Amino acid sequence: MTQAAVTQVFIPSQLTSYTGGATRVDASGATVGSVLDDLDRRFPGLKFRVVDEQDRVRRHMRLFIGRRETRSVAAPLQDGDELLIFGALSGG
Amino acid sequence: MTDAIQLLVGTRKGAWIYRSDAGRSNWRVQGPVFLGSIVNHLVLDPRDGRTLLMAASTGHLGPTIFRSTDDGATWTEAAKPPAFARSDDPRARAVDHSFWLEPGHADEPGVWWAGTSPPGLFRSADGGATWDSVAGFNDHPSYWDWCPPEAGTPDGSLLNQIVIDPRDAAHMYVATSSGGVFETLDRGATWAPLNENVRADFLPDPYPEFGQDAHYIALSPTNPDRLWQQNHCGVYRLDRPGTRWSRVGEAMPPEVGDIGFTVVPHARCAETAWVWPMDGTDVWPRTSPGGRPAAYRTRDGGASWERQDRGFPTEQGWFTVKRQAFCADDRDPVGLYLGATNGEIWMSGDEGESWRRIAAHLPEIYSVVAAPLRA
Repeated sequence: MTQAAVTQVFIPSQLTSYTGGATRVDASGATVGSVLDDLDRRFPGLKFRVVDEQDRVRRHMRLFIGRRETRSVAAPLQDGDELLIFGALSGG
Repeated sequence: MTDAIQLLVGTRKGAWIYRSDAGRSNWRVQGPVFLGSIVNHLVLDPRDGRTLLMAASTGHLGPTIFRSTDDGATWTEAAKPPAFARSDDPRARAVDHSFWLEPGHADEPGVWWAGTSPPGLFRSADGGATWDSVAGFNDHPSYWDWCPPEAGTPDGSLLNQIVIDPRDAAHMYVATSSGGVFETLDRGATWAPLNENVRADFLPDPYPEFGQDAHYIALSPTNPDRLWQQNHCGVYRLDRPGTRWSRVGEAMPPEVGDIGFTVVPHARCAETAWVWPMDGTDVWPRTSPGGRPAAYRTRDGGASWERQDRGFPTEQGWFTVKRQAFCADDRDPVGLYLGATNGEIWMSGDEGESWRRIAAHLPEIYSVVAAPLRA
């Protein structure tokens, strides 16, 4: 059985109300989507504010695996990867 | 309950609650609540007088619903906000924002309805904690004809009102920005257009079966067979069981016109209603016509209209009142409240005869709901 990767996730200010103020949390999962699922189990409601019901990353949210941007929840993660969630600019 | 009123104010940057004294003279403010969130609607449950539901999103984050049972002091997020079903259809929809929240029928405590953009109807049976897609509308075989994705209003196509017949929980109307008005007699399982004689001057057939832009609909509280509609193309009235709308806005002064976002029926007189005209000429400025803000009142079912502008700027007043931002209370005399795009709240304590500003400097106001204030 494959061990789920442990990923450190950067939480942007827009979402720290879900994480009790934490800006870095660990989560498990082999893909971006499964890491977000793991976060959602611990911080209910967080995932839906980042990814819509069709599993599309919301328009003004940006996800990076290390320095590589991804818009896919199917993107694979390796043990030790860092997933960074940012709220991009969205007007005044 | 007292004679005091609370105003539930949703703005582009958060929510505020204003609470009056018994005379509606002095107002205390609570807020901001969720500063920075886009709050399209904040509504009190009239069945318990204490539960508040808020439709919120931000420029970044997806849409959600917050619930408070302690007058807005603390809030709990919905465990399952409104969301369309997963689909592999290339047109698969995702809720961009919840726009309208409607408490269910008095006989159905805990039931709430929500209208969204893109147009969708959702129902909660647990006080707003979890929401389910109403397949009868959202998956209707004609959905994509009624709600074509390219027919958006500037902030996206809407299912913008839900109205429930107080005599029958199964009888409902919804208003949409791309299909007009629809009616169900079976609690949302089946729907039919209800747009006869309502103009859509932006379509090849100006009187289609559906395709109208119904900015706002409201039932007369004392005569639920009377429907008022502020449409993109005028003010209309429909008396059921009739199905043909009458354009009562044609009696408005031609230099003002009958374009607007909203219509407010009187709490006790079915012949009386207010509209807030806006400039719908050439490029549609959607500002107060001529820079002279005014409400217009009918007391004869729309046969005639009188201007009510005492207290408003007499020149260079260019604000707009959006569709959820004009409302009435049920006191005697009726109080009227409006929130403007410039962040001001105005009220009339004498059924529109005179107006005064009770708040300023808020963000752009999206919604104002007047509700009784518990003692």
